[in-house]
Amino acid sequence: MKRNDFLEHVAWTGAGIVWSLSATGVLASEPARAAEGFSFVQISDSHIGFSRPENPDVIGTFTRTVDAINALPQRPAFVVHTGDVTHLSKPAQFDTAKQILGKLNVPSIVLPGEHDVIGSPQAFLAAFGRRDAPNGWFSFDRGGIHFLSLVNVYNFEIDGKLGADQLDFVENDLAAQKASTPIVVFAHVPLYALYPTWGWTTEDGARVLSALRRFDAVTVLNGHVHQIIQQTEGNIRFATAASTAYPQPAPGAADKPGPLQVPDNALLKVLGYRSVELASDSAARVTDHSLG
Amino acid sequence: MVFFRRIVSAALTFGLATYGTQAGANTPDRLLPSALTIHIKDFRFSPTSATIRAGDRVTFVNDDDEAHTATGVDRTFDSEGLDTAQTWQHVFAKPGVYKYFCELHPYMTATIVVERSAT
Repeated sequence: MKRNDFLEHVAWTGAGIVWSLSATGVLASEPARAAEGFSFVQISDSHIGFSRPENPDVIGTFTRTVDAINALPQRPAFVVHTGDVTHLSKPAQFDTAKQILGKLNVPSIVLPGEHDVIGSPQAFLAAFGRRDAPNGWFSFDRGGIHFLSLVNVYNFEIDGKLGADQLDFVENDLAAQKASTPIVVFAHVPLYALYPTWGWTTEDGARVLSALRRFDAVTVLNGHVHQIIQQTEGNIRFATAASTAYPQPAPGAADKPGPLQVPDNALLKVLGYRSVELASDSAARVTDHSLG
Repeated sequence: MVFFRRIVSAALTFGLATYGTQAGANTPDRLLPSALTIHIKDFRFSPTSATIRAGDRVTFVNDDDEAHTATGVDRTFDSEGLDTAQTWQHVFAKPGVYKYFCELHPYMTATIVVERSAT
């Protein structure tokens, strides 16, 4: 893989990105199976409990996000939260987040981020654990798409890490899928080496990416970096999401990662959510919506 | 508005300096005397390496803009999440070499060497 290929279509923006995947896109490869009108929404990094000047009202911006999703003209099939629901894994923070997510008029899927498993994953699992996924990772099929929901924040000792058990699960799960089936993967930390200097990578993510290469079209949706970054590597399209709480610097644009102060009137423009929908021409549209 | 918030932040910091306390689940009502203070700043533990005696109390202070933890690699101690300006104390009772890291940013690592008590 040439570096130039890997970095193809790299883009960074605070919000407002719209891209369509008609020609080689995630769903266009198999229009006969993909359900027309099917859509879902991704939200990420709500950091309930954060209370610094970069956003003194994360409850307010998270609530605003939920209200905006409920007002979408096309009701999504579900909402996935790709982690860092809370800032410090406190039960009260999970309670608050659960109450706000409970206002959604559609079901939600919630992945943990490293901020949700500080000390142990128990508080997260108590709030959002699933009986059908005792280890946290699972797969499901909706709208003609095969979804994988992964956890790369357990054993978080160097970078994001999936672990041997989860890697075995991924490989076995994908082995049962046809190459023409559109695949969508959720995980908190980027599965590829987005910016390892800041830990924005998954130590053992390469095995997952290897297992994904034989498919016609794959979309990997992550959080963690609090900004929209898109990259395409062959058949795999990566997209990290904006936070609903606060932005972070672009990779290498500051000495360190962390909350980025923007002018008060600019905050809502860099926070938001993402919708993924199948348009009437069977092309997938991934649309990032800002809150302001 | 931002300026106002900075004043509030400065006032909170002043309160910490004056009274040695700060609201938060990790923070004791009153800080006890300690043999060593580890400052967490700019994604680093400082000092990165330190030596104390068995039974010494260590104070960890998060002076950074980001949340951090001080977590033993062997899990014998764990501050859990420390928000900005929060403080946590731990007594190292047994001699040994204690490597620790931040659970949120695992590339942040440091070591405390605990020697036998003089008594």
